[in-house]
Amino acid sequence: MASIKIPTPLRQYTGNNAEITVSGATVGEALNDLTTRYPALRPHLYDGDQLRNFVNVFVGDEDIRFLYELDTPIDDSTKLRIIPAIAGG
Amino acid sequence: MIELPRSLQGRIHEQLQGTYPNEGGGFLLGRQDGEAVTIVDVHPVENVFETEEQHHRYAMTPQDWARMEDEADARGLALVGYYHSHPDHPAVPSEYDRAHALPNFVYIIVSVRGGQAAETRAWRLTDDRTVFDEQRLLLL
Repeated sequence: MASIKIPTPLRQYTGNNAEITVSGATVGEALNDLTTRYPALRPHLYDGDQLRNFVNVFVGDEDIRFLYELDTPIDDSTKLRIIPAIAGG
Repeated sequence: MIELPRSLQGRIHEQLQGTYPNEGGGFLLGRQDGEAVTIVDVHPVENVFETEEQHHRYAMTPQDWARMEDEADARGLALVGYYHSHPDHPAVPSEYDRAHALPNFVYIIVSVRGGQAAETRAWRLTDDRTVFDEQRLLLL
């Protein structure tokens, strides 16, 4: 199964696990699996059905915005990572 | 409560006075036990926002986050928060700060007035994402 690395501040919603194995054939399905199992994560990742604009999802070293976004295909060896974009003003 | 050694606050102030009149910032590494956070290291990170906007905006790259989170995990520490400056503005989170914030993460804001660090305050976003709660900042 693919895995997702969870950013430190959100690990409180995954039982303090840094890495979660997920099922799904695309990034979107993997994130759905993640947020179904850990529903408290969802409001911090999504605004409605859209990923929050400061939430980056990487497949390996590639930002999914430069791939096929949530439709990016994954397989059992895929390592996903959620990385918040830090911005202030 | 957020515990911050004075020596680290000094490093933060020195950096942010140096980036004035632009915003500067960096990561906070430390240990967390429930609501109590002890900061044990700070890492300045370059402001990558467009140069002409840096007087009121600060941003890091996702690669900065990944590198620092990996370092914290490897050292048995946690990425507990980040700090940035508000040049000539109060050390209070802006709406822009709130919209980009995560819960369970310490936001230290330093007001830098006329090039001198004037006020340092710590904040945390509530779980429902609506407001920042000010945290007691204890200098060690």
